[in-house]
Amino acid sequence: MIRRRKIAEALFKLLSLSALALAIGTLVLLFGALMVDGLGRLDWQFLTSFPSRRASQAGILPAMVGSTLVMLVTACVGIPIGVAAGIYLEEYARRTWLTELIEVTVTNLAGVPSIIFGLLALGLFVYTLGLGPSILTAGLTLALLILPVVIVTTREAIRAIPVHIREAAFALGATKWQTVSDHVLPYSAAGILTGVILALSRAIGETAPIVTIGALTFIAFLPPAPVTSQPPYVSFEWLMSPFTVVPIQMFAWVSRPGEDFAANAAAAGLLLVGMTLVMNGLAIYVRYRMRKRVSW
Amino acid sequence: MEIRETVSISHSSVMESASHRRARRRREFLIEGALLLAALVSVAATITILFVLVFESVGFFETVPLLDFLTDTLWTPLFDDPHYGILPLLAGTIVTSVVGLVVAIPVGTVSAVYLSEFASARLREIIKPVLEMLGAVPTVVYGYFALLVVTPALQWIWPELPGFNMLGPGVVIGIMILPLVISLSEDAMRAVPMMLREGSYAMGATRLQTAWRVVVPAATSGIVAAYVLGISRAVGETMVVAIAAGQNPNLTWNPMEPAATITAYIVQVALGDLPHGSIGYQSIFAAGLVLAVMTFAFNIVGHLMRKRFREVY
Repeated sequence: MIRRRKIAEALFKLLSLSALALAIGTLVLLFGALMVDGLGRLDWQFLTSFPSRRASQAGILPAMVGSTLVMLVTACVGIPIGVAAGIYLEEYARRTWLTELIEVTVTNLAGVPSIIFGLLALGLFVYTLGLGPSILTAGLTLALLILPVVIVTTREAIRAIPVHIREAAFALGATKWQTVSDHVLPYSAAGILTGVILALSRAIGETAPIVTIGALTFIAFLPPAPVTSQPPYVSFEWLMSPFTVVPIQMFAWVSRPGEDFAANAAAAGLLLVGMTLVMNGLAIYVRYRMRKRVSW
Repeated sequence: MEIRETVSISHSSVMESASHRRARRRREFLIEGALLLAALVSVAATITILFVLVFESVGFFETVPLLDFLTDTLWTPLFDDPHYGILPLLAGTIVTSVVGLVVAIPVGTVSAVYLSEFASARLREIIKPVLEMLGAVPTVVYGYFALLVVTPALQWIWPELPGFNMLGPGVVIGIMILPLVISLSEDAMRAVPMMLREGSYAMGATRLQTAWRVVVPAATSGIVAAYVLGISRAVGETMVVAIAAGQNPNLTWNPMEPAATITAYIVQVALGDLPHGSIGYQSIFAAGLVLAVMTFAFNIVGHLMRKRFREVY
């Protein structure tokens, strides 16, 4: 009887370890496949060339530039709004129906499929506001997409600050905002930063919403430079420029038959996975550093 | 003398700070207002999503009777003889999601039980980041994986499997939602009080018996919530199916066949150049509305169940 139970336990351990091995194995297989197919294509020429009908001459330069600019817009819009909303919900909001409503919508937005954000952007930004399928539209769309992540992580980071820090500030006559900006925010900055990095790493790989707003899949030019030689030396024309991003470039290459384009897709995939992993690693590092430093 | 001096000083400082304080209060009020505005963006976004989807769908349903939309078995909006039956797209979405769940539920549950009840802290330290990485891989990369790795592997087992099929992407969707299912159901199991386990051990139960007959039943609502939120994610998954499941609407329940899902259809139309306001343009919003209703429903059920398991203990 006891032996049978021991066998059952051993069998279960074997079963669950193989289940976990499936997860790890998939990850290994995924990286392996990308490496085998794409590593050979990932050279300087690939990084600095425009797309081409010939797979071996095609490159990813416009997509890299597009991704960078879109992320810039997303970060500039999504992070301040998300952090501000998190501060409001954690430090200011009273228990009212409005707060309830805000919290329900944040939870709900976190669960909305990303392609629905694309439809929102198509109806609102592209046509109603007339922004067209531009870098600005894509940046705003992804900003909305990462909003729930930024809000939730900001709230968690702020909640970890003990109440007595605030009480000490109030006792010295600080106002609410002085308390928040001089104490709560600096102390929770590392936690917020972790969430922001994770949110951006999600945004950089998003494909569906950007396809939906009508981003092009074949772009043979770069957006106008943000710095000009004439005064006022900065230009925001690039905001309205057509664009493509790395995940869309990869999607376009995957959809084309032929092994050469598959190699390009794998190389783009390597870049994408590399970027998300670097960002995730950075987030884990920040979290680790923060845990070590905290001593209330 | 001294006392009077202090009084007069404090008096004058009160006078001085009255305007100061008013300015400060105004500033505090403005800041709170600005923060509230930022928080309201998510409310505005939700309302706008509903408004955009409903508004464009109304235009669609002026041309297409609702009954046709729900019962017609063909979806060919871009053909000369257009049919607007959502069923083929819905079937594609359901089949790929079900295949995903068939992978994710057993593997996810077993892994979660193991991680919560058996695994050493060190093993968990290794597994957790791996699962996080699995969850962080962009979906378009998973699409590549489904089309160029998983499907060929499956073709090796079933040579008659077509290059586009629902099985491969379904399996990949299952692996994709695995991190979500594992972490949510593990949370639910770890929330089960130690007392219950100790009671079970005291009765002579083994760890395995305790895990499956005490911990899992006690955490049921949380585990089911994990499944439901996983379903919601699977239903809304876009790039994997758009790349690997094919683009043709096909009313079938056989995962070995190619078929388009609701999300794949939206991507397909968006890649083309449809004029704004045309019926084809409106049709992606009608399809999106169906998708949004489904995911809203799953999300609400999932969150209610998660709340329930939190309230029990």
